[in-house]
Amino acid sequence: MTGMARETPAGDLRLANLTKRFGIFTAVDDLSLTIPQGSFFALLGASGCGKTTTLRMIAGLEEPTSGQVLLGDTDIARLRPYKRPVNTVFQSYALFPHLTIFENVAFGLRRRGIRSVDDEVTRMLSLVQLDGYGNRRPAQLSGGQQQRVALARALINRPQVLLLDEPLGALDLKLRRQMQIELKRIQTEVGITFVHVTHDQEEAMTMADTVAVMNAGRIEQQGAPADLYEFPATAFVANFLGQSNLLAGEAAGTSGGEVAVTAHGARFSVPAGRSRADRGPVHLGVRPEKLHLVGSADQVPQGHQLVTGLVTDASYVGVSTQYLLRTGWGTELSVFAANNGAEARVPVGSEAVAYWDPRHAFLLPRDAADTDRTTPVLDEPVGASS
Amino acid sequence: MTLLAPTGSGHPPPAPPAARSGRRRLLPYLLLLPGAAWLLIFFGVPLLQLAAASLYDPSGSLSTGYAMTWAFGNYPDVVQAYWPQLLRSFGYAGLALVLALLLGYPLAYAIAQKAGRWKNLLLVCVVAPMFTSFLVRTLAWKTILSDNGALVGLLRDVHLLAPDGRLLATPFAVVLGLTYNFLPFLVLPLYASLERLDPRLLEAATDLYASPAQAFRRVTLPLSMPGLVAGTLLFFIPASGDYINAELLGTPNEYMIGNVIDSAFLVRLDYPQGAALSFLLMAAILAVVFGYLRRAGTEEVL
Repeated sequence: MTGMARETPAGDLRLANLTKRFGIFTAVDDLSLTIPQGSFFALLGASGCGKTTTLRMIAGLEEPTSGQVLLGDTDIARLRPYKRPVNTVFQSYALFPHLTIFENVAFGLRRRGIRSVDDEVTRMLSLVQLDGYGNRRPAQLSGGQQQRVALARALINRPQVLLLDEPLGALDLKLRRQMQIELKRIQTEVGITFVHVTHDQEEAMTMADTVAVMNAGRIEQQGAPADLYEFPATAFVANFLGQSNLLAGEAAGTSGGEVAVTAHGARFSVPAGRSRADRGPVHLGVRPEKLHLVGSADQVPQGHQLVTGLVTDASYVGVSTQYLLRTGWGTELSVFAANNGAEARVPVGSEAVAYWDPRHAFLLPRDAADTDRTTPVLDEPVGASS
Repeated sequence: MTLLAPTGSGHPPPAPPAARSGRRRLLPYLLLLPGAAWLLIFFGVPLLQLAAASLYDPSGSLSTGYAMTWAFGNYPDVVQAYWPQLLRSFGYAGLALVLALLLGYPLAYAIAQKAGRWKNLLLVCVVAPMFTSFLVRTLAWKTILSDNGALVGLLRDVHLLAPDGRLLATPFAVVLGLTYNFLPFLVLPLYASLERLDPRLLEAATDLYASPAQAFRRVTLPLSMPGLVAGTLLFFIPASGDYINAELLGTPNEYMIGNVIDSAFLVRLDYPQGAALSFLLMAAILAVVFGYLRRAGTEEVL
């Protein structure tokens, strides 16, 4: 199977100033992006952010208003979809109901005039673990099996780029986890560039080696999942990819490798390497699992920073307990405490102190009008799509 | 049936299982009864009467009465006398069907897939002519195609028609009339099939290297097959038995088998001949339909 990678000519997928307008609505706004050959790339965003439109422009199902889609050095943006070395796994699968599974998988090969398809189809069906299902019709298969047929039907053509449009959206949670691992295995095996569109941040982080977070037609941030999570570039990313406690403050410049911040009357500092702004209005961010909760300030270790408040809620979720801590100025911070037996439970209604290591904090520029932000940006409901 | 059981109390006593299942088994037949009786009286009996009439002594007449002589010779006789009209019927109906497909398939496709909010209005337009009588519509075509009409004048002016050329009273006029009159029977079932066609399947086909023509041939056409088969049958069967179009838009040279049957019963009063021709037409249509269904692969239709 490694032979496949060598057979496809070298070529990164590059989107250059790609724009798509529907009337006065700009779905994709001057998007530029490079997706290295052979990578598993996730385009992550909420409903209506333009991610599906971007995918459809790569597939040729939507014509860009302006800009280029470059595969290697060739601009394919104006090629008809059937002339592109790109295949899609559709959200609805779009299997042909009148054809058998075998003929569904063979469809692309037959359209390109390839006569002997038996071996290839059999090999593909076994790659997606559907040996022996060739004679059935799509309607006789479960959702997960149909999903795998859709994958085999696209992969058999050995495209240079495989596009996946919310491919797991219609599956239940357990099957989705299983298919995530499966997809990752297959991608490693065939070495084709996968571009995966999803609204599910966990799915994107599990599978992709590069994630681009999209919002309102633009890329907010792009990078390895861990980098995005540990050091988000914008408040949107901080609260779309997981959850963050963002406190509105004012930065007063760098001194000695630290940026000094005043927020809600208290003084904090953040290492300069974790600051994306060092002057003016900023958001001081800390992830809930990086916060620790203790009963009083004298229990806070040396070199840590703290906020005091009142515990208003504690949800026990097994692996962790999720607390809400209402600060003196009214904002409720999220604190996730691992149930590792090392820390005592803090009762609801008690005064408590949340502290963190400054090296775990991060500093983002902030609009002057923006206040504290601690709630996650909601995912779209499963099944809906932009 | 629980429907008939008293429902006053919260928990009506369940009927004994045997009796209940017995009644349940009878129910479909009870539901069938009125329709079946209707068909038996108004279709089955006359059909038998007609079958008998087709075997009457051909030398009888209405005034002298007919004798039942099992005259199977009536059949070869009518074939010999009227085979041109029989062939012409299927020829005209076939030609009209081809025309109707060329007009109707794109029309049904456009209404089903591209019309958006105009869909219902366009459907009404397809059906609207049916609100007036078949006769009136055909008479309207007689006016449109008449020698003094604007259409013939225009065609003569641009030399598509000879100075003394005409449209009315030609095979063309009859085929045109058939096409027009039966088009909705083709379009409606086709529309129903194409309306259910998921456009994402066509996107998937083009994504999988199918050109628009291939996508049509491999996806649209097979998925519209049930509507296509139903529509062609609904078109072809009445069109091949029609006599109004040939009567009003043609001359005796364009007469179809329907005209011959019409005159046998109503003008020449030759009942055995009319009956024999009627049965012959039925048999021929059945043969065509079965041959067609066998070829069209009708798993999804029947």
